[in-house]
Amino acid sequence: MQELRARAKELLADGTVARVLGWKAGDLPYNPEPAYFETEEALKDFVYDGFCGANLSKYMIEASKLEGKTLVFLKPCDTYSFNQLLKEHRVDREKAYIIGVGCKGKLDIEKIRKQGIKGIESIEGAQLSDDAEMLTIHTLYGDKTCSYADGMLERCHVCKGKEHKIYDELIGESKDTKDADRFEEVARIEAMSPEEKFAFFQNELSKCIRCNACRNVCPACSCRKCVFDSNKFDSSQKANVDSFEEKMFHVIRAFHVAGRCTDCGECSRVCPQGIPLHLFNRKFIKDIDTFYGEYQAGADPEADSPLTSFTFDDVEPSIVGKRG
Amino acid sequence: MSIEAKEEFRPKIVAFCCNWCSYAGADLAGSSRLTYPADVKIIRVPCSCRVNPMFILRAFEKGADGVILCGCHPGDCHYSTGNYYARRRMTLLFSMLDYLGVENGRTRVEWVSAAEGVKFSQTMNEFVEKIYSLGKNVRLGDLRCRN
Amino acid sequence: MYKIAKENLSALFQMIAGQQELYLPVRTAGQVNFGVWREEAEVDLDTLKSVKSPKDAFFPQSENLYIVQKEGRKLSIVPENLKDRDFVVFGMKACDVQGVQVLDRVFLADPVDTYYAARRKHGTIVAMACHEPEESCFCKVFGTDCAEPVADVAVWMVGENLYWKAMTEKGEKLTASVESLLTSADETDEETVEKEKAAIRTIVEKLPYSHLSLEGWNGEALTEKFNSKIWEELYKPCLACGTCTFVCPTCQCYDIKDYDTGHGIQRYRCWDSCMYSDFTMMAHGNNRTSQMQRFRQRFMHKLVYFPANNDGMYSCVGCGRCVEKCPASLNIVKVIKSFQKQGGEE
Repeated sequence: MQELRARAKELLADGTVARVLGWKAGDLPYNPEPAYFETEEALKDFVYDGFCGANLSKYMIEASKLEGKTLVFLKPCDTYSFNQLLKEHRVDREKAYIIGVGCKGKLDIEKIRKQGIKGIESIEGAQLSDDAEMLTIHTLYGDKTCSYADGMLERCHVCKGKEHKIYDELIGESKDTKDADRFEEVARIEAMSPEEKFAFFQNELSKCIRCNACRNVCPACSCRKCVFDSNKFDSSQKANVDSFEEKMFHVIRAFHVAGRCTDCGECSRVCPQGIPLHLFNRKFIKDIDTFYGEYQAGADPEADSPLTSFTFDDVEPSIVGKRG
Repeated sequence: MSIEAKEEFRPKIVAFCCNWCSYAGADLAGSSRLTYPADVKIIRVPCSCRVNPMFILRAFEKGADGVILCGCHPGDCHYSTGNYYARRRMTLLFSMLDYLGVENGRTRVEWVSAAEGVKFSQTMNEFVEKIYSLGKNVRLGDLRCRN
Repeated sequence: MYKIAKENLSALFQMIAGQQELYLPVRTAGQVNFGVWREEAEVDLDTLKSVKSPKDAFFPQSENLYIVQKEGRKLSIVPENLKDRDFVVFGMKACDVQGVQVLDRVFLADPVDTYYAARRKHGTIVAMACHEPEESCFCKVFGTDCAEPVADVAVWMVGENLYWKAMTEKGEKLTASVESLLTSADETDEETVEKEKAAIRTIVEKLPYSHLSLEGWNGEALTEKFNSKIWEELYKPCLACGTCTFVCPTCQCYDIKDYDTGHGIQRYRCWDSCMYSDFTMMAHGNNRTSQMQRFRQRFMHKLVYFPANNDGMYSCVGCGRCVEKCPASLNIVKVIKSFQKQGGEE
C-alpha cells in the first residue's frame, strides 16, 4: 500500500496525471470507498487492502470525460472490464494511466458475518502485505478467527488468474485464488427439473427490492438511459409488484450484457439481498462457450464478440429442447 | 363443478413474422385456403432480428402461452444477415428460459419463406398443438394480467 | 411482566397467527426479512437486522390504490380495500419503531394517508431489545434506547426465556389473547431483564458510532449546509442505486404508476428513491439534474429539512442498514463526519 501511495504521489507531482482514482479508508475496518485524490495531502487517506473489492473501471467512464489523465488502480479482473469498455469506446485509453495492482483475493464482509461474527472492531490479516491465511477479527463479543478463503468473495474462488490484461505499470504480487469451477453451480441448476429450477429462482428473486445496485455497479451497463428507466415502458424499474417483474428485469439485465460481461462479479457483490446474480451472467457465458466457442469478454479487445457476429452454421434455437 | 372449470383452454399465441418472408408465407397460406388455428396472433416485424428478447418476455407477461418467431431462411435475409443475429439471440434466450424452469416448448423459431404457405400452416398447427399439450403458461405471466 | 420459554415460541406464533396476521423476521434464501408467518417459515430472531426494514408492514413497497375497469363504453373505478384486519409485527427493533414514528409524522399529518392510517390502526407492534448491537448501529445518537424499546409490547430474550411486557392498550389486548401460553414473571425475572438491559447499554457505549455528534445539523443550518462544497466530493462514489433508500426504515417517498393489465388499468404506488434520475420527474423535466443534487437531497432531507419541519425530529434512526449495504460504502455517518472534519464551510 505504501508503494502504491508513493507512486501515486510521484505521478501527481510530475504532472503525469491530474488525479488518482483509488480507494479511501472507511470509518469501519471493512468499508473503504472508491475515491478521487487530487493532492498529495489527500492521498494520506488512500488505502488498498482485502476489502477494496470495488471495480474502478466503471468510474473510468466518468473520469474519461474529465480534463487530464486519471491514474487508476486496477486489479487483474478489473482490467478485463476496462478492456471491454475500451472496445465499446466508453473509456478513453489516453485519459487513463493504469497501475495494475496485486490481488490475493478480495474479502466479503457478508461472508464473514455469515459465520456469526458481529460487532467488528478491527480485522487483522486483510492487508495485502501480510500473507496471513487466517483473519483475526476483534469484536465487541470477543476475538474471532476466520480463514481468508472463507471470507473471500464468490468471484475470487473462480479467479480468472493473476494476469493484468492492460496496464502501464504493475505494482505488487498477485495470488491465484481459484479453488472452484466457475460453471459448477450453473451446471447444478441445469440438471434440476423444471419445477426445481423455477422454485430456486423464484425463491432467490423474491428477495429482490429493485434497488438497481446490480445494474448501476456493472461496468458493462453503461447505457446513458437504461430501458428500465424509460417512462415509456410500463413495467417500470421501481416496483416489485409481481414476481414476473423481477424475472424480466434480471433476464433482460443479463441479456443486455451477454457477450460483454467479463464475469467480474460486482453484481453479486453489491446485492443487498445476496442474490447470486452471477448465475444469470454465467449461464449466458456457458452457453456462448458451448455454442459459439470459448470466449472471455475483455481478454482480447480485438476479438469479435459473440452476439455481434455469427457463422453460417450456428446451432438452431431448437437445440435447447434437444439437449435433454 | 363451477362454470370456469368446464371452460375450454384457448391458448394465446403470438407469432412474430418477418415482413419479407413469413408474413408473406402467412398470406400465401391464407390465399391457398390452408388453415391454422385462430389462436395465433401475428405481429409483423421488419426482420426477425428486430425482435428484442424483451418482446418475447413482454408477450408472456401480458398473457401469451406460446411465442413463435418466423424469419427468412438463413442466407435469405432481406437485409442479408439479420436472421443470423436473431438465431444467436434466440438460442441464448430460449436456453435462459429453460434455465429458469419455463417449459421449452413454449418458444420456437422457424424459418419460413414467402413461398412456404404449407410450411407456415403446418408449423402453426404443430405449435398450437404443442401449446395445448403444455396448457396455460403459469410461470411467466404477470398475475395482474390474469382475469 | 410475563415470560415464555423459547421452545414454546412456535406455539406462541401459531396462536397469534390463528387470530390475526403475523409478520416477523423470516429467513428466505439466506436473507432475513420480515414476512408473514407460516408453519414452514424459518423464523430468525437472532439476526439483529432484517435486510429491508419492517416498514413494509405499514407502508408496503408496492400497493394497489384502485383499478379502472372498462365494460363496453363504461368505465368504473374499484378502490382497493383498506386494511381491515388486525395484525401483529413481531420482533421490530427500537430503531425500527422509531422509524414508524417518523413515518407517522409524514403519513398521519394532514392530509392523512388513509392506507397507512388503516394499517397503523390495525397493527400491533411487538418490539425486541437488541441483545447484541453491532458496529454499524448508532441509534443512541438519536436518543433511542435499544435496551428498552417503546412499543405496544416489549420483549427480551435472555437465556432460555422470552420476557414479555405490554406497554399500551393494544399490547394488553394482545397479551390477553395469548395469556394461556405466558406465565407471570417474578422478581428474579425482573432482575434478569434489568441486568440484560444494563449489559446492552454497556455495549452500546462501546459502539464506534455511538458518540457521533449531530452538532450543527438542524433547520437553521440549511443554507450553509446546502451550499457547502463538501457535497461535490462526497457524492462521487455514489452509484445512484436505491439500496440505501429501500433498506431505510424512514424513507417515505413513493411514486404512483399505472399498469395496463390488458383488461383494465391498475393504479399502484411503489417506493421511489431520490437517488434515481427520474425521481419527481415532471412534464418540464427533473428539478434535480445531477447526482450531486440527488445525493445532497437525501441527506439534507434526513438531517435538515425533516427536523426543521418536525420539531427537531431527525428522519434517520441510526439503524445502520445503509452503513452495511451501500455498494460504494457511502452512508449517512460518513456524511456527518465529513462535515465535522471540514467544519461545514469552505
